[in-house]
Amino acid sequence: MTETVISVRGLRTKLGGKEIHKDLDLDVRKGEILGIVGGSGTGKSVLMRTILGLIKPREGSIEVLGRKVDPLDRKTMLELERCWGVLFQDGALFSSLTVCENVEVPMREHLDLPSALASDLALLKIKLAGLKAEDGRKIPSELSGGMRKRAALARALALDPDIVFLDEPTAGLDPVGAAQFDELLQNLSKNLGFTVFLITHDLDTLYAVTDRIAVLADKKVLVTAPIAELERHPHPWIHEYFHGPRGRAAHDSAMLVARS
Amino acid sequence: MTAKAQVSVSEEGETARVRLAGPWTVAAAADLDGQLKKLRLKSKRATLDLSGIDAIDTAGAWLIRQAAKTLVEGGVSVAFAGADRQASALLETVGAVDQDSNPPRKEPPSFEEMLARLGFHTAFAIREARNFLGFFGLTIETFAATALRPVRFRFTSFVFHLEAVGLNALPIVGLISFLIGVVMAYQGASQLRFFGAEIFVVDLVAISVLREIGILLTAIVVAGRSGSAFTAQIGTMKLREEVDAMRTLGLDPVEVLVLPRIAALVVALPILCFFSDILGLLGGMLMAWVNLDISPQAFITRVQDRIPIRHFWVGMTKAPVFAAMIGLVGCYQGLRVKGDAGSVGRLTTRSVVQSIFLVIVADAIFSIFFNLINI
Repeated sequence: MTETVISVRGLRTKLGGKEIHKDLDLDVRKGEILGIVGGSGTGKSVLMRTILGLIKPREGSIEVLGRKVDPLDRKTMLELERCWGVLFQDGALFSSLTVCENVEVPMREHLDLPSALASDLALLKIKLAGLKAEDGRKIPSELSGGMRKRAALARALALDPDIVFLDEPTAGLDPVGAAQFDELLQNLSKNLGFTVFLITHDLDTLYAVTDRIAVLADKKVLVTAPIAELERHPHPWIHEYFHGPRGRAAHDSAMLVARS
Repeated sequence: MTAKAQVSVSEEGETARVRLAGPWTVAAAADLDGQLKKLRLKSKRATLDLSGIDAIDTAGAWLIRQAAKTLVEGGVSVAFAGADRQASALLETVGAVDQDSNPPRKEPPSFEEMLARLGFHTAFAIREARNFLGFFGLTIETFAATALRPVRFRFTSFVFHLEAVGLNALPIVGLISFLIGVVMAYQGASQLRFFGAEIFVVDLVAISVLREIGILLTAIVVAGRSGSAFTAQIGTMKLREEVDAMRTLGLDPVEVLVLPRIAALVVALPILCFFSDILGLLGGMLMAWVNLDISPQAFITRVQDRIPIRHFWVGMTKAPVFAAMIGLVGCYQGLRVKGDAGSVGRLTTRSVVQSIFLVIVADAIFSIFFNLINI
């Protein structure tokens, strides 16, 4: 029996009068890379933001690492914020700080580190995320899209989190950059041992890195299963997703990689 | 709570045994860094015993690597022992990326750097002035082209901006001018009373409001409220690539965005200036009546008899010039926006500061000019 790090039960969220989730259940196991897929507007990002405590749900409970998520409970949230790292869709790097300073922000906020040590550790994270040490001096607007995602990943990893939330990390990257990012993510999660909550539309990423995939549709998590099982799932949207032209192409290339 | 992370040394003969124990995580990093810095060995060989470590993350692994590196540089040969699977994986991951040396830390700026920065900013200011002049020329050229083919003029946009910069600015311009008129009459009265020359308050208020205060106040308010708006509007469009989209559709951004805005300002500012003159005089008249018992009729008669109309025309002449300056600076800074959202804010500030600066410089030049030709 593997440990569950995130457990969502009976979640109901409403945004602007519109019901986004209803009776949504989800379990994320320790150490896995869980992919979240769903059509546009099915509330993938909303689910992530609800788990992070940025949106308050109408009903239901969320537990992360055995603690109940409640935006009003500042003490618990502070503990939780030390245990997770988040990569937002467009990086959300602080534009007035250099990359290095961006990575140092969580360390300065949560830990009392000497500044030389903090900047050394930040440089380490920057290099772990696949950037060069010189890039640490740049400000976000001087970085390309792919570098910005890597810098955001470095910031997400600043406190050696147990869980990393990634919102479309490969969106807007060229295929080569996206493949490199997949590889980086897989290596890091294996070597550093964190759990990944991965929202993505990138079928190649799904095939390359995920252990299981949760499909969001009809306001709930329809099914959570490894990709091989999902390919045989009868639900029309899931079928279309994995057997449409893009799905087939990703499947074929994944098979090719597996064979070689 | 687990035991405190710590470093302990036992030296037996040639080999030192350094025992690392407890949680080696980022939370303990500051403490561990201090302990490792104090580590001094007499022996020439050291074994780092990691078996006591019960939790480790990248920060811990990095500290261990750093300690080993320092020992090796001090001529001690280092071996690891008792690392579990997770610890060795982390040590390897961290070691793999830590190969290349870090760039040197930033030093406080030296004198040469300050000199270089001064030079850079001077060159920047010159380039900026040249670019602005270029933009001025481009606008004139587009204006001439539009004058030849008036159908191309964006009339709807012009009217929209006329409302935004003209009509909507009336209350604030009026209020400020009225209050300044009141203040001038009040202050003037208290000084002129010493000479028994209270009646000259009328001359004071009328000449200064008509010649300088009315137009300057209006121009400054408009620069703050409309010049900044131009920069922000055009800058946001630039950021969202709307300006580029416009170009690819065959629309000229100067013709579509810049001309209607500048034209609206050039029309609106003289009207606002006239309004400001009237309100300023009203404020002065009210104060003269309340404070000095100069009745409104006496005030108006004295203005008509004693104040030549040329003072009014001096003020009004400046209005379209100031308007063109404010509009040009606002649009120019807007089109210079690029990169991130922060640049909109930065350039909006610069737009306001520059246009007010230019307005005041131009006002000084006008003063000298009118003085020379005896107006």
